[in-house]
Amino acid sequence: MENYPQLVPLIILIPAVGAFINLMWGARIAERGVALIGTFASAFAFLIAVLLYSALSSSGYESAIVNPPFLDGWLRLTGVEISWQMRVDTLSVTMMLVITGVGTLIHLYSMGYMHGDPRFHRFFAYLNMFLAFMLVLVTGNNFLMLFVGWEGVGLCSFLLIGFWFDRAKGVGWRNSNAARKAFIVNRVGDFGLMMAIFLIFWTFGTLDFYKPGELAVPLDAHAEEGEYSEEVGVVAEGEPAGGEIVTEAAAIEGEGELLLAEGEPEYLNNDHIETEQLGVFGQAERFVEEGRDIDFGPFTLPIGAVITIITLFLLLGAAGKSAQIPLFVWLPDAMAGPTPVSALIHAATMVTAGVYMMVRSNVFYHEAELTSFIVTVVGASTAIMAGFVAIGQWDIKRVLAYSTVSQLGFMVAAVGVGAYGAAMFHLVTHAFFKALLFLGSGSVIHAMEHGHHAAHGHGHDDAHAHDEEAHASTHKADEEHHADLSDEAEFDPQDMRNMGGLRTKMPVTYVTYLIGTLALAGIFPFAGFWSKDEILADSWVVGLFEGQLSGFIALGLLLLAAGFTAFYMWRQVVLVFHGKPRTEAAERAPESSIPMVIPLLVLAIASIFIGFMNVPSGALGLDTLFGAHRFTDWLSHSVLNVHAGDFNILVAGGALLLAIVAMIVANGIYARARDTILRGVDPLEEREGIGNAWRLANARLYWDQIYFMLIENPFNRIGKFLADTLDWAFWHDYVHDTVIAKGFRTIGNILATPVDLGIIDGIVNGIGRLARWLSSGLRPIQTGYVRTYAITLLFGVVIVVVVLLLPLIQRG
Amino acid sequence: MMVATEAYVVLSMVLFVLGTLGVLLRRNAILVFMSVELMLNATNLALAAFAQQWGSETGHLFVFFIIAVAAAEVAVGLALIVAIFRSKKSINIDELHQMEG
Repeated sequence: MENYPQLVPLIILIPAVGAFINLMWGARIAERGVALIGTFASAFAFLIAVLLYSALSSSGYESAIVNPPFLDGWLRLTGVEISWQMRVDTLSVTMMLVITGVGTLIHLYSMGYMHGDPRFHRFFAYLNMFLAFMLVLVTGNNFLMLFVGWEGVGLCSFLLIGFWFDRAKGVGWRNSNAARKAFIVNRVGDFGLMMAIFLIFWTFGTLDFYKPGELAVPLDAHAEEGEYSEEVGVVAEGEPAGGEIVTEAAAIEGEGELLLAEGEPEYLNNDHIETEQLGVFGQAERFVEEGRDIDFGPFTLPIGAVITIITLFLLLGAAGKSAQIPLFVWLPDAMAGPTPVSALIHAATMVTAGVYMMVRSNVFYHEAELTSFIVTVVGASTAIMAGFVAIGQWDIKRVLAYSTVSQLGFMVAAVGVGAYGAAMFHLVTHAFFKALLFLGSGSVIHAMEHGHHAAHGHGHDDAHAHDEEAHASTHKADEEHHADLSDEAEFDPQDMRNMGGLRTKMPVTYVTYLIGTLALAGIFPFAGFWSKDEILADSWVVGLFEGQLSGFIALGLLLLAAGFTAFYMWRQVVLVFHGKPRTEAAERAPESSIPMVIPLLVLAIASIFIGFMNVPSGALGLDTLFGAHRFTDWLSHSVLNVHAGDFNILVAGGALLLAIVAMIVANGIYARARDTILRGVDPLEEREGIGNAWRLANARLYWDQIYFMLIENPFNRIGKFLADTLDWAFWHDYVHDTVIAKGFRTIGNILATPVDLGIIDGIVNGIGRLARWLSSGLRPIQTGYVRTYAITLLFGVVIVVVVLLLPLIQRG
Repeated sequence: MMVATEAYVVLSMVLFVLGTLGVLLRRNAILVFMSVELMLNATNLALAAFAQQWGSETGHLFVFFIIAVAAAEVAVGLALIVAIFRSKKSINIDELHQMEG
């Protein structure tokens, strides 16, 4: 088992190969084959992640650094060497399990959802490619690999958001615009990440997170903080560098004292390692201890300031990828992509990359108080802003999109208050229940499209046609359909006003969606309850016991956001599933096919139980049943600054009560509002006082308009000014006409008549006659065919090379 | 594990020859264009391999120059192809021999 970490290159290679096969030959393989290749590639990656998990568990959570073959010295310049090193530790394995686990289910789901799409193979190739890049992102042991993965997933995100770029009637334009928006907004974030990477490199001279032989979590760190006092660390096996695997020491419960007694205590911390031999984070800690100043040429900065700047740039990067204020605007639009993509990339995995990156850099954030405060404010205000906007949306996916932004805000705020374990915990649980909700919404949309086709049949769409055939016809019918929509009112299968009463039509989707909703709303004992509670409880501790403002901000805003969450989710459940159908399409919506239902069931089960992996201590006896804060303990072997929270009955009970009240209120408002909704109006909109707030939420707080006013419009104006005034009016009209043209004409007139006509023409005509006479023989060579010239050129080069080489050959 | 520089050079040679053949034998202007890119990138590969061999960044610098120049060239070239296509409704380079002597 100790060799299992060496498998880690395969976890990237297998999806990459899957993507390659599907991209190259997918068009010629049957749809089922394509889907099997994609799904199996993902499943194998999951299998490897599980093996890595068991390897870690059995080896006492020793982090390992693996150098894959062929990629040693990936980037080698004078004085710089960056290797393609992969890191197997508890944090990266957590991410791998989530990515490949949820990824596999979503591949399976896509088999049903994308059935009949003309670019089916390309979809699966992109999904596999996404997995490969996402795994590069999380397995990399340096910031450059993280960056490679970061850009790679951005590319896949772009490709998949705009996947239906050719939809008719302007829909395609909307899709590709959404894709471009995502890409461009992410570039802004990437600027931050790149600046952070440059600064890190300048400051520490390396980009590696940790060097081989270095402890990610030195034992003294725990001893200092007085936490985990029962744990005693063990020693690194410490193979000298050069071996394929270099193990790192990590703490093992219990066994430690035994090994200590055997007398190998010298590697319990990093003190014996030279500063230059440490990775970025080890050096950062030491620099802070020494209070070192960093030289930037014309000026120097103390290390604290440098780390603050680095972390701010990292925050900008995270804000782009993880959709925080002010760069979140791309994520709601990204829902233009197919629903499995929304579930996998824009809910479960890619958008959490920013959170992962910040948790990975927890050493920095731990040292940067100012940044942590800003992070808290950004995260908490994003959470509440997006939660508010979600209430005013009619599009089923848009509600979930804003919900995702809001939940990412929770995670970021958790990082801000130093609750790195809670952030990761919420990341994991959110991946499951949000993927579940998205897949559920996809199932609903799919069913609504079927129902619509059945209701306004085109002959071949029999309402009760066999599922398979119905699927196949949907996408084709879709295109035909768009063509003759002109005389028919536009039907939006994602508009919740068109739904209602789907509970009886789609029982499995309903039950699983309900579970996802309860998990997201944070209802006991579903997954979201535990993770959200941990964030809130940690904020409480930071605010009340440590007296920090950020704790109060996080607690207050996040509690309110949690109330919003419960409200908009229950509004959605009522609008979609309860009551009576509001359109014929909803009336005739069928339950989805088996490949789509299975992932729903698996994710629903996960959404119920996954929260139990990190029950806080003292939680009504549940901690003795499932073990207390096991996930936090697991993370503590790779994340330096995690700390387990205690169960706080006041926070947990308060949040739970708030959520339940919000749901009851939502039920009261929406369950009896059939007539209002049939008119296309939200009951809140017609209430005194609340109406304007609702309209504000419905207009998404005018973010897009603000962006237009502040950025796009000035940009357009500058562009217009440069083009029309500066370039055309000034340069072309004035300078060209007046200065250049007139000047040339004057000089030209002088030169033309006496000089040119007289002297030069005589010479030239003579030479011309000579040339014509000489060249009449060469004229046929000028064939006009490019390839003739190219081959002549080639021969010429060959001759020159031969002539140059001849002396060498003769000599040697 | 290091890959021998010879392997890179051989690969580069193969790519270069493929590119050359593409330029000489293809009739579609875009494919000719892509072949030129292939030749450029074969050169890049060789430069990068040599740079690694000697541990010097000069080769890398050249690679970046070539990439930048190639990007500019693509912009101009594609614009030309589009312009030609607009006027002639074809990008078969064999039909473009008005310049014959």
